[in-house]
Amino acid sequence: MFTGSPSTPFNLKSREYHPPSFRQDAGIQGQGRYFSATTDRRDETERPTNVPFATHGRARPAVVAPRDTIRLNETPEGVDLGLRPAGPTARAVALAVDGGIRLLVYLALTPLAAFAGLGAGMILIAGFLLEWFYPVVFEVWTGATPGKRALGLLVVHDDGTPVGLPASLIRNLLRVVDFLPLFYGVGLVCTLADRDFRRLGDLAAGTLVVHADNPVARPAALAAALAAQCDTAPRPPPAGLSLTAAQAILAFDERAARLSAARRIELAETLLARFPPAADGQTWPSGPAAVALVAGYASWLTRGR
Amino acid sequence: MRQQPFAADRAGQWEEYRQLLDTLESRGRRRPDPAPVRFPVLYRRLCADYALARARHYSPGLIAELHALVRRGYRCLYQRRPALLGPTLAFMAAGFPRTLRRHAAAFWLAAALLFLPMAIMGVACHQDGELIYSLMDSSEVTDLEALYDPANRKVGRAAQRQADTDFQMFGYYVMNNIGIGFRTFAGGLLLGLGSVIILLFNGLAIGAAAGHLTRLGFESTFWPFVSSHAPYELTAIAISGAAGLLLGQALLAPGRRTRLAALRANARDAVVLVGGAALMLLLAAVVEAFWSAGGTPAEVKYGVGAVGWILVAVYLSLAGRGDRHGA
Repeated sequence: MFTGSPSTPFNLKSREYHPPSFRQDAGIQGQGRYFSATTDRRDETERPTNVPFATHGRARPAVVAPRDTIRLNETPEGVDLGLRPAGPTARAVALAVDGGIRLLVYLALTPLAAFAGLGAGMILIAGFLLEWFYPVVFEVWTGATPGKRALGLLVVHDDGTPVGLPASLIRNLLRVVDFLPLFYGVGLVCTLADRDFRRLGDLAAGTLVVHADNPVARPAALAAALAAQCDTAPRPPPAGLSLTAAQAILAFDERAARLSAARRIELAETLLARFPPAADGQTWPSGPAAVALVAGYASWLTRGR
Repeated sequence: MRQQPFAADRAGQWEEYRQLLDTLESRGRRRPDPAPVRFPVLYRRLCADYALARARHYSPGLIAELHALVRRGYRCLYQRRPALLGPTLAFMAAGFPRTLRRHAAAFWLAAALLFLPMAIMGVACHQDGELIYSLMDSSEVTDLEALYDPANRKVGRAAQRQADTDFQMFGYYVMNNIGIGFRTFAGGLLLGLGSVIILLFNGLAIGAAAGHLTRLGFESTFWPFVSSHAPYELTAIAISGAAGLLLGQALLAPGRRTRLAALRANARDAVVLVGGAALMLLLAAVVEAFWSAGGTPAEVKYGVGAVGWILVAVYLSLAGRGDRHGA
């Protein structure tokens, strides 16, 4: 049995599950204050550290530094959208892919040289267009260059809308400066220094390169998990269950189908160990019984008795 | 309401929305057909469902799924559909000259940085035959002299380029000149220094070449060649420089805004100037490749050049005025 890391209730991969903090559960006011399935940095200052669920109203931890790069943006519909800016590694790989594609286009154009003046002129013009407008054309028409698309990246305005012509032109014309002094030196330093991984061109244009992430759970997998909940006999969870604990139970239940049996048991036991011991001194079950108990709680939480 | 009945109740709407989204995304930014009138309605309902799911603390998986759906829909609903021809014409007819007039100070400063060194260096090189070697080495000067040798069949082209066709030269001018325009703009991000240096250096080089060639007695080839396209080319480089200076100004003297906010605001205007300058450079490349090197009498070329300067001045100072939408 492992012990949980200091800032997560149990040792899941940090991207996958963080319960919202207790204070923020006050209905509509609370909506938009935290980000599900991934972390919101505003949560971090309030998340309890390694304390049992039932006591976290009392024990307040020291401020925890933000660990992720989710950037929240409120839409006109009044909901918060999370954008995940892409780091320098993904962008560098995308750049290399685009470089390869451009090289292939150049190679494909070399036969034009056979047509003397006209062909040479066309090669020069194609070179000019590839150098300056290759990213602009793809970003404006499809949202990302083929290289970025291959890595699941998108170029967006910093409010999350797809990039338009002026912003795309700015960021790609200023690429020359990011390229200085050698192979994107300025761009790399700037990307590493900025919270949202923006290079100078992005800063001036007001754009972001984000992961165009797909749903965390595929709808089919999620539907299966939800159906499984309905098959399980609901068990009312202990009285005074905190919101954090309820979310932990639900998250566990949704992920259970994708875990190995041993891992399921391990997590279910860890989860139950966080509950305060029952008044009559009864201990929590272990092994498959623990998994069944947590699944019963989840079923109760999602559909009631 | 518990999660399970909620999800069961909304499942139909979510499925319809998802299918609509798939069709819209597969069409990219082309106009969808038929118009997806149901889409905004479904999207806003989904936003409400997403907000409810979060407020009611439904399971993280459901919230994440709804969030992903909202995000995809947001991108579809708020994308801008690019159009090329109409907006470009309107831009050149009004947007570009108006923006330039709004930043007249930057333009005059850039023009001074280009034309003053040009004039001074031109006169100086005309007086002193050695001065050009302070700027170029002897092989470059020899190449320059060969370019405008009256013995050339096509003036303005190096010996090895004599056989090149006009179209090839057009490609070369496009790549070289518009590239210089773009670099002049981008250099402005280095606190404006890049733009200043490129403007000064180009001014000095052009002035030196003009002075030196006139001194050698090549004026019968040099001046007719450059006169026709100079109005567009030189003005466009100055405008690119002005765009770069705007970036520099945002970083050095942001005024009452933060540097980042000033940079963004100025970059929006600067890119308009660069776009206009690029189209002017394209026109200059057409003239330079297909007209300037031709055998038309020098007087006609001077006339075309003079008309060009007047056209540029009238266009930049008057176009887009008096529109009822205001400047």
